[in-house]
Amino acid sequence: MTGAGRLIRLILRRDRVLMPLWVVLLGLIPAGYVTSFESLFPTAADRLEYATVSGSNAGFVGLYGLIDGSSLGEIVAWRSGFLPIMVALFAALTIIRHTRADEESGRTELVAAGAVGRHAQLAAALITTGVASLALGAILTAAMLGQGLPAEGSVLFGLELALSGCAFAAVGAIAAQLTASARSARTIAVVALGAAYALRVAGDVSALGDGAVSWLSWLSPIGWATHIFPWGTNNWWPVLLSALFTVLAAGLSAVLLTRRDFGGGLLPARLGPATSHMGTPLALAWRLHRGLLIGWTIGFALLGLIFGGVGGSVVSLIEDNQNLGDIFARLGGASSLVDNYFAGTAGIVGLIASCYAVQAALRLRDEEQSGHAEPILATAVSRYAWAGSHLLFSLLGPAVALLAEGVVAGLTYTEGDLGAIVTSTLVQLPAVWVLAAVAVLLFGLLPRLSAAAWGAPALCLLILLVGQTLQLDQWLLDISPFTHIPHLPGGTVAATPLIMLLAVAAVLTTLGLTALRHRNIPD
Amino acid sequence: MTDAIDVTGLVKRFGQVAALDGLDLHVRTGEVHGFLGPNGAGKTTTIRVLLGLMRHDGGSARLLGDDPWASATELHKRLAYVPGDVTLWPNLTGGEVIDLLGRLRGGLDPKRRAELLERFELDPRKKGRTYSKGNRQKVALVAALASDVELLILDEPTSGLDPLMEEVFSEVILEEKRRGDRTVLLSSHILAEVEKLCDRLTIIRDGRTVETGTLTDLRHLTRTTIQADLAGPPDGLASLAGVHDFQIDNGRVRFDVDTDALSPALQTLVKVGVTSLVSQPPSLEELFLRQYSRPES
Ligand SMILES: Nc1ncnc2c1ncn2[C@@H]1O[C@H](COP(=O)(O)OP(=O)(O)OP(=O)(O)O)[C@@H](O)[C@H]1O
Ligand SMILES: [Mg+2]
Repeated sequence: MTGAGRLIRLILRRDRVLMPLWVVLLGLIPAGYVTSFESLFPTAADRLEYATVSGSNAGFVGLYGLIDGSSLGEIVAWRSGFLPIMVALFAALTIIRHTRADEESGRTELVAAGAVGRHAQLAAALITTGVASLALGAILTAAMLGQGLPAEGSVLFGLELALSGCAFAAVGAIAAQLTASARSARTIAVVALGAAYALRVAGDVSALGDGAVSWLSWLSPIGWATHIFPWGTNNWWPVLLSALFTVLAAGLSAVLLTRRDFGGGLLPARLGPATSHMGTPLALAWRLHRGLLIGWTIGFALLGLIFGGVGGSVVSLIEDNQNLGDIFARLGGASSLVDNYFAGTAGIVGLIASCYAVQAALRLRDEEQSGHAEPILATAVSRYAWAGSHLLFSLLGPAVALLAEGVVAGLTYTEGDLGAIVTSTLVQLPAVWVLAAVAVLLFGLLPRLSAAAWGAPALCLLILLVGQTLQLDQWLLDISPFTHIPHLPGGTVAATPLIMLLAVAAVLTTLGLTALRHRNIPD
Repeated sequence: MTDAIDVTGLVKRFGQVAALDGLDLHVRTGEVHGFLGPNGAGKTTTIRVLLGLMRHDGGSARLLGDDPWASATELHKRLAYVPGDVTLWPNLTGGEVIDLLGRLRGGLDPKRRAELLERFELDPRKKGRTYSKGNRQKVALVAALASDVELLILDEPTSGLDPLMEEVFSEVILEEKRRGDRTVLLSSHILAEVEKLCDRLTIIRDGRTVETGTLTDLRHLTRTTIQADLAGPPDGLASLAGVHDFQIDNGRVRFDVDTDALSPALQTLVKVGVTSLVSQPPSLEELFLRQYSRPES
C-alpha cells in the first residue's frame, strides 16, 4: 500500500476535469427535479395521480423502479431511478481507467518500479472513486436539504447514489483483474451492470403483476439502491447490504490481484492460428469489430425482450384497473398508450445505439494512438479504405443491433404489429448516424479531442431525461437529432427531417474523412 | 539509376517546433544505408514523411522516384516498413499479423515466411498481448522481410532483440545485400550493427544532416590520439591545423589529430626528437559521440 497517497494525487490530477464534472452534475440533477415537480404538481392530489399513473405503468417501473408513495421527495427519488446506473457506470469505468488501462499501456510499470506496494494502484483507484461517489452523495444530500426536504430521506437518497458508485467501483476492480486488456475489462463491467439492471427490471415489473419473480430485484446492487425508498419507508438495510457488498467485492479484487502476474489476467491466454486468410482492411475491421457487434446485438435483443415483455403488462394493467383505464382513456385510449410506450422505448434504444456507433467510430482513434494504424497505412491501404472499413461497422453495427431489438420486442409483444415496432427502432438510424458522424468529424479534424464525441450522446441523453421535466425551450430540445425522429408507432412521418439528418450525417462524415486525408498520422 | 530515397532541405514543423530543419538524405538503389542520430533528432519523423504518413512543410522528398505524399498507396506496394515501436492487436496471433500485413502489401512468399520464422525462433500461434517486446519486433521483421519488395524501411529494428537474434538479423540483411536489388534504410543506435551492415550512412542532429558518406569517408573524419615523450620543446605543434586538445606536461605531449593532418604532425615530432610514442587508432564511436554532442555552430 506504500505510495498510495502519491498515486491518489496522480489520479486526481489526471481526472481533475472529468471527475468533478460527473460528481457535481449527477449530484445536482435531482435538485432540478424538485423544482420542476413542485411547479408541475403543486397539490398532494396532483402528485398522487402522477404517482398512481406512473407507478402502475410497467414501462416506467422498468425504467425507474417501483414507486412507494406520492410525497414530493418520493417522486423525485423515483424519477431519479436511472441515476444509480449512471453513477455505477462512471465509477466502474474510472477504476478500470486507473488500473487495468494503465497497466496495459505500461504506465503502471513505471510507477510500480518506484517505491509503491503491490496493492497501491488498486487501493488508490478504489479510494479515489469511493470518495468521489461519497462526495456525490454528500452534494445530493445537501441539495435536498437545501430544497427543504426531510433530513433522513435526504441522507438516504445521498447514500443510495454513493453506494451504487462504491459497489460498482468494486465490480470494476474485479473486472480489471480478470483479463489482460482494458477493453475486455470494460466489457465485463458493463455486462455486469447491464445484468444488475435487467434483474431489477424483471423483479420490479414482476412485483407490479403477480410478484412471482419479484425476488430477482434483490439479487442486484441496483435493485438494492432503488429499494431504499428515501422519504417513504426509509429502508436502511439495503444501505448496509450495499456497503457489505462493496467491502467483500473490493476484498475479492485485492485477493485476485495477488493471484495473477503483473500485466496478465486470471483468464488463461490460449494459442491461436498460425496463419490467416485476412487480406483486406475490411477483413481486419471485421475481426476487430466482431466481438463488439455480437455483444451489442445480444444486449439489444435482451433489451427487446424486456421492453416487449413489459408491453404486455402495460395493456393488461389497463384492462385490470377500471380507474386506470379511465385515466388512459382520457389520455387518448389504450392503443395510443401502447404506441406511446413503444415510441418511448424506441427513443431510448436509439440513444443507446448511438453510444455503440460512437464507440465503433472512435475505434479509429484507438487504432491510431496504439500504433496499430501506422503499419497498416504503410501498406497499399489508403486512408479512406482504412477509415471506411471501420466506419462501416459504426454505421451498420447499430442498424443490426436496432433490428435485433425491434424484432425481439415485436415478437415478444404478441398483440403488437411486428412491422410497426421494427420500423419504430430502425427509424432512429438517421439520428444515430449523425452522432457517429460527429465522432468521425472530430477524429479527422481535431483528433486529440476525439473523446469529446462522447459528449454528443451524453447531451442527447440529458435532453431526453430532463428536457420535458424541466420544460426546456424548443431550440434546446432541437439540438438533439433524436428530437427530429418521428414518434412511431402512432405518430406521423415527415420525410424532410429524416432527409436533413441523413444529409447532416453525410456532410460531417465527408468533412471528417477529408480532414483525415490531409493530416499527420499519428497526430 | 535514380536514388531510391532523395530528400533535400526537408522541413517538418509541429506547431512552433521544427522537428526537421533542412534535412538531406540520399539513399542509392541497392545499398544499405545507415540512418543515425541522437534521440529526438528526427529519424522517425523523416521516415513518417517518406511513408506519406506526415506531410512536410518545406524542401523536397522523393521515394522510388515518386512523391511519397501524393502516391503513398502506390508506393507502399513496393516497400515494407518496420516501425520503431511495434504494437500488435492483443487478440490477433503473430502469424495472423504477418499474413495480414503481407497481403495488404501485395503478397508474401510462404517459403521465406517459414524460413524466417524458424531462424528468428518465433512462435506464430501466440496472441499479440502475450509477446515480449523482442518478439513483437520479430513479428514485424518477418512480415517485412518475407515480402518481395524493392525497399525496406527499418526504424530501429533490433531494439529489444537479444544478441543472438541481432546476429540473425544481421545475417538476413547481409543476404539481402548480396542480392543487390534491394535497398535498405536502417535507422539505428547500434554502431557495431551499422559498421557491419551499411554501405553508407547519414548522421543527423536536431533535424539537420551533419555527416553523410561511406564508412571510409567517415573514418577519414576521425582523429587519432597521440601521446609522446619529446627530446625538446614542440615548436609550432599546438598551432598546426588539424591538431586538437593539445596538452603538454614535463616534455610529454598528448593531442588528437585529424587523419588529414597526421603526416605534418608526425614530421614535426620527428624534427624535435621522440623518445616514446603511443598512438590510439581512430574509432567511429568517438566520431559519433563527437557528432552527437557537438554544440550548435
Ligand atoms: N506528432 C508530434 N507532435 C509534436 N512533436 C513531435 C511529434 N512527433 C515527433 N515530434 C518531435 O520531433 C522531434 C523528432 O522526433 P523523432 O521521433 O523523429 O526522433 P527520433 O530521431 O526518431 O528519436 P529516437 O531515436 O528517440 O527514436 C522530437 O523533438 C519530437 O518530440
Ligand atoms: Mg525514433
